[in-house]
Amino acid sequence: MSVLIFAELDEGKIKKSSQEAIFYGAKVAQMTGTTATAIIIGAADESELALAGRFGATNVLHATDAKLNEPNGMAYATVVAAAVQQEGSKVIVLAKSSLADAMTARLAGKLKAGLAANVISLPDLSNGFQVKSSIYTGKAFAYNDLKADVKILAIKKNTITPEETDATASVKAFTPALNEADFAISVKSTEKSSGDILLPEADLVVSAGRGLKGPENWGIVEDLAKALHAATACSKPVSDLDWRPHSEHVGQTGLKISPNLYIACGISGAIQHLAGVNSSKVIVVINKDADAPFFKSADYGIVGDVFDVLPRLTKAVKAL
Amino acid sequence: MKILVCVTSVPDTTTKIAFTDNKTKLNKAGVTFITGPYDDYALARAVELKEKTGASITVLNVGQADSEPVIRKCLAIGADDAIRVNAEPTDAYFVAEQIAAIAKENSYDLILMGRESIDYNGGQVHGIVGEMLGIPSISPVMLLDLDGDTARITREIEGGKEGLEAKLPLVLGCQEPIAEWKIPNMRGIMTARTKPLKVVEPTGTDTLTTVASYELPAPRGAVKMIPADEAEKLIQLLHTEAKVI
Repeated sequence: MSVLIFAELDEGKIKKSSQEAIFYGAKVAQMTGTTATAIIIGAADESELALAGRFGATNVLHATDAKLNEPNGMAYATVVAAAVQQEGSKVIVLAKSSLADAMTARLAGKLKAGLAANVISLPDLSNGFQVKSSIYTGKAFAYNDLKADVKILAIKKNTITPEETDATASVKAFTPALNEADFAISVKSTEKSSGDILLPEADLVVSAGRGLKGPENWGIVEDLAKALHAATACSKPVSDLDWRPHSEHVGQTGLKISPNLYIACGISGAIQHLAGVNSSKVIVVINKDADAPFFKSADYGIVGDVFDVLPRLTKAVKAL
Repeated sequence: MKILVCVTSVPDTTTKIAFTDNKTKLNKAGVTFITGPYDDYALARAVELKEKTGASITVLNVGQADSEPVIRKCLAIGADDAIRVNAEPTDAYFVAEQIAAIAKENSYDLILMGRESIDYNGGQVHGIVGEMLGIPSISPVMLLDLDGDTARITREIEGGKEGLEAKLPLVLGCQEPIAEWKIPNMRGIMTARTKPLKVVEPTGTDTLTTVASYELPAPRGAVKMIPADEAEKLIQLLHTEAKVI
């Protein structure tokens, strides 16, 4: 009956968002009087598997079939569905991500599960099973009643702050039968920026818009991001102009992010942009136009020229 | 080749969201409904494939009669016919069931839709449809090219992209820059009026998730302005007051 948590790996390490999911899943297990089991798919060393225990998982199922080393939403759904069956799980928890999105939908179809995406609270069990989620691209919230026997909760980043203990989890190998059909999509190439902080995982984000005047000026944004150990992002016009890759575009039709700190440089703050970032904990706006609408949604603001302000901020961060 | 494009009817992206009936319903007063922006990309790519290969395009919407202007616009842009499943779209599973039922009757080579609707942002319907039909699903798709029954696809992943290959039939959740958005021309608008729009009743009534009520985010406190010539102060405040760095 355990709560099952899908803990996603990135280059053999449990992603930060998945650490949050494990901690969240362990809390749900406590609330429902059961235990938390993490399912980890792909190659990872012992210490990484043990990390799941430190965030609250009692058991870890480790699926290591070589065919699963390449992330594959369809095959991962088959593995997780088999784990659900073995564990008799009624609640499945995972962190939203590109891989998890592909997997979750297939899983919901297989299990005829009720699904809440972008979950931002622990469930309320006082009258059924209700969770709060972010909808209308962060412009509103919904209180969802999950009525199906099996429930899947895809949680948004920063829903919960994980606390680490020195508990350990018991690790078992998990070898479910895989379907040939799950490998019908073949991966021909992967292009991934390495060494950078992944934007959806980032706690701190420095973002810039057309106010930067051109891609050649991005150095000042990257310098501040580097000093802060932050990810970089951009507004839609900037990715439309190919100044920055689409994977950095945050907003209504781009990524929706919820970091602890979002610094917007030279972005006026159209409602579509705001929709993708308004669940950030702290918003800083730097713009030379004092009437930029973004200031109304900011916690801190500087009316000034980004070319003057950003290098000074970078210097101040380095001096901390 | 037969393409099914599934579209949503959603509030315009600039809409200020508000609720009525004790926060249980969207306040539709003054709201303009549009085709989901991601669905627009799916339709635009379908139209390009039609121009190239002579494919037929059917547009499908699960929605009530007030979705019809959105469906007619899709016909004006280049779809050949349309089906409306006459039901309030409740949750992703219910919508997927409707799409899968229509797809089983008509065996489409490609089922295209947006990566997610911009109201509930679930991004799940394409995957559930793929599972129900037992065919592969891929999302979010940035590029799609066909070579016979082989699809070559570029999918966005965190911090990059993936090149994929799969055989038709497929279900794809689309996003930019898969195609240029299309705007209907006058001829399209005129012919859209005569194109068939079939209304069918829903099959199955599986709603696994319902919304009890809605809420708006609490407004942020007043912005604290820092003079540009004291910009360094911001870093101190983020460190000591907001405690985020």
